[in-house]
Amino acid sequence: MQGDDACVEGAIAASCNLFAGYPITPATEISVRMSNRLFDVGGIFVQGADELDSLAIVIGAVWGGWKAMTATSGNGICLMQENIGYAAMTETPCVIADIQRAGPGTGAATKAMQGDVYQIRYGSNADYSIIALAPNSPQEMFDLTVKAFNLSETYRVPTFILSDEIIGHMREKVVIPEAEEVCIVKRKEPDVELENFLPFKSEYDTDVPPMPAFGDGYRMPVSGFSRTETGAPSVDFEVHEKLVTRLWNKVEKNADKIIEVEQNWVEDSDVIVLSYGSTARAAYEAVLKARKEGIKAGFSRLITIWPFPDKYVKTLAENVKVIMVPEMNMGKIVREVQRAAEGLAKVVSFPKPGINIHTPDEIKREIRRITG
Amino acid sequence: MKKHPALKYFRMDRPGIPHLWCPGCGIGQIWYYTVKAIDELNLDPDKVLWVGGSGCTGRMCTYWNRDYMHTLHGRPLGFASGVKLAKPELTVICHMGDGETAAIGGNHLIQTARRNVDITAICVNNFNYGMTGGQFSPTTPLKGITMTSPTGNIEQNFDLCNLVKTCGANYVARWTTAHPNQAINSIKNGIINKGFAFIEIISQCPTQYGRRNRLGNGVNMMKWFRENSVTLEKSKNMNEEEIRTKFIVGVFVDRENPEWVSSLREIAHTRSLNWK
Repeated sequence: MQGDDACVEGAIAASCNLFAGYPITPATEISVRMSNRLFDVGGIFVQGADELDSLAIVIGAVWGGWKAMTATSGNGICLMQENIGYAAMTETPCVIADIQRAGPGTGAATKAMQGDVYQIRYGSNADYSIIALAPNSPQEMFDLTVKAFNLSETYRVPTFILSDEIIGHMREKVVIPEAEEVCIVKRKEPDVELENFLPFKSEYDTDVPPMPAFGDGYRMPVSGFSRTETGAPSVDFEVHEKLVTRLWNKVEKNADKIIEVEQNWVEDSDVIVLSYGSTARAAYEAVLKARKEGIKAGFSRLITIWPFPDKYVKTLAENVKVIMVPEMNMGKIVREVQRAAEGLAKVVSFPKPGINIHTPDEIKREIRRITG
Repeated sequence: MKKHPALKYFRMDRPGIPHLWCPGCGIGQIWYYTVKAIDELNLDPDKVLWVGGSGCTGRMCTYWNRDYMHTLHGRPLGFASGVKLAKPELTVICHMGDGETAAIGGNHLIQTARRNVDITAICVNNFNYGMTGGQFSPTTPLKGITMTSPTGNIEQNFDLCNLVKTCGANYVARWTTAHPNQAINSIKNGIINKGFAFIEIISQCPTQYGRRNRLGNGVNMMKWFRENSVTLEKSKNMNEEEIRTKFIVGVFVDRENPEWVSSLREIAHTRSLNWK
C-alpha cells in the first residue's frame, strides 16, 4: 500500500469523521482515497475551495464534536498558517498531514524535501505549541496517523504528520490491525453542570481543559482572542501570560509522555547519525555498512520532531564524540540538535536541499570522513 | 423598569459594558433584529450558533450568551460550514462586515453560496472598515470619502446580492436599518430556508463614514437610507444612472435548490449502508 493511502486508513482506524483538503502534489492521493473510503464508513469528504477553506471546515467540524483532518504540502501549509494559529489559540484538536515537497516557492512539486520542519512549528504568529510526528514508512503513515489523532485529542493541539513525497508515494506492505486492537483516544468532555463550567479552566495535571461541542448546552465561547477562563476577551497582561504559558506548556511539560525515538548501536558508538523521515532509511543503511567496515557508528531516528526531544539528544551527546545530522534541507533540525547537545558533542550538519535523497554511500562516506 | 427583550440573550461580562459599538451605530439594531427573528421562530437558543469574523460586526457573536465562534477576518463561512456538517441540527447564523464579506472573504462567500450551505449570513454593510478607523471597502460608494480615499473612492462598489444570487444561494435579500420589520422577516425566512441565505443590511457608521461624508448622526443616516431606497420592482423601470445613487431593497431570490450538508450526509448514509 502507498504511504498516502496508509494515512487514510490510519485516519479511518482513528475514527476520523471528516476530511477537507485542496488538491496538491504530492498529497492529492490522500484526498482521492478519502473521497471514496470516508463515505463508506459514514464520514464526509469535502474538497475545500483552497487550503484556508479546508482547515476552516476541519476546525468547524471539530467544534461540532467530530474528529477531522486535512492534508497538504509545503505551499499549502503556508496558506494554512493563520488557521493553524487559530486552532492553537482555540485549542482545537485537528490533524494535518504534510507530505513535504521540494521548495522554496512552487519548487519541484513531484520531488521530496524536508523543508517544513520550522514552518509547521513556528509559522503562525506568536507562541503556541503543536505536535509533529515523522513517519519513515507506509506502515508508520498508518500507525502515526492513529497516534496523531490520539495526541491531538489528548492535548487539544494541531498535530502534524510530517511526511514527504518519498514516504507518501512509497509502496510497502502495511499491516492494518483489527479495529478492537487499535487504541483510540477521544477528547475529555466537561462533566459539570453549566453553572459550574469554566470554558478554559485547565486540568491541573495536564494543562488541558475539557472540551464540549457546540449544541451540548455549555454555551461555549470560542474565539481567537486572548481570554480569561470564562472565555471573556481580555488585554490584561496577567490573563494573557497565564493563557500563553499554558498553551506553550501543555505540550512542553508533557514532552516525556509524547516523545518517541528509535535507536540502534548507540551504546558503543563514537559517531551517531541522527535523522528522521525518509532520510532515516538511507541513514540506517549507511550505519549498517559503516559498522561492517569496523566504524563505531550509531543510528538514531526522531519519530517525534515537535516537541523536540531535548533530554534525549543531551543524553546522546554525553556519550558520543560526534552527532551527524543528514537531512533533506539546508540544515534545520541540526540547529535543534546543536542547542540540545549543549556543546557536549560535536554536531555536524549534512544537508541536501531536496529533490534527491541522500544515498547510504554518501552518508557512509561522510561518517568515514568525520571519524577520520 | 421594563428590561429590553434582547437582554436575556446578551453576555454582560464582555468589554465596554454594555457593548463596544459607537453611539448611533447600526450594529446594535441588527443584533436585535437577529434575536427577534430567533425569538419569533421559537428556536431553542442553545441550538443556535452565532459565528463571526473580525471587526465591528465580527464582535456581534461575542455578545450572544449561547454557543459562539468568533473566527478569523473574512473566513467565518468556512468554519460555519464545518460546524454545520457535524451538527446539522444547529441553526448557524453568521454576521460579517462589508470588508470581510466582499474583500478578504470574497472567495468564501462565493463558494459557500455556490455550495448552498444551510447558513444564514447577515452582511452588515456600513461602507467602510469601522474598527480600524474607516478605510474604504469594496462596498464604499463611488466618490465616498474614507480614511484611505481622502479625495473620494474611485473603485466601483460591489453589488453583493447580485453576486450571491448568481452563485446559487437559496435566499438573498437587502434591507437597511430603516427597514427593521422587513429585515427581521428576511432573517426569519433565511433561517427557515434550507440553503444559503444572504441578507445584506445597509447600516450607519456615523463615527467614520457618516462623519467624513457629512451625513450627520445615526438618525440622519437612517433617513438618508429611507429616502434613497427603492424596491427591487421599482428599480426595474429605472435606468443605470438613476439607480447608481439608490439602495435597491427587497428579496432578490427565494428558492429551494439542493443543499450541501444534507447532500453530503445523504451520500455518507447511503454508502455506509451499502458498505456494511
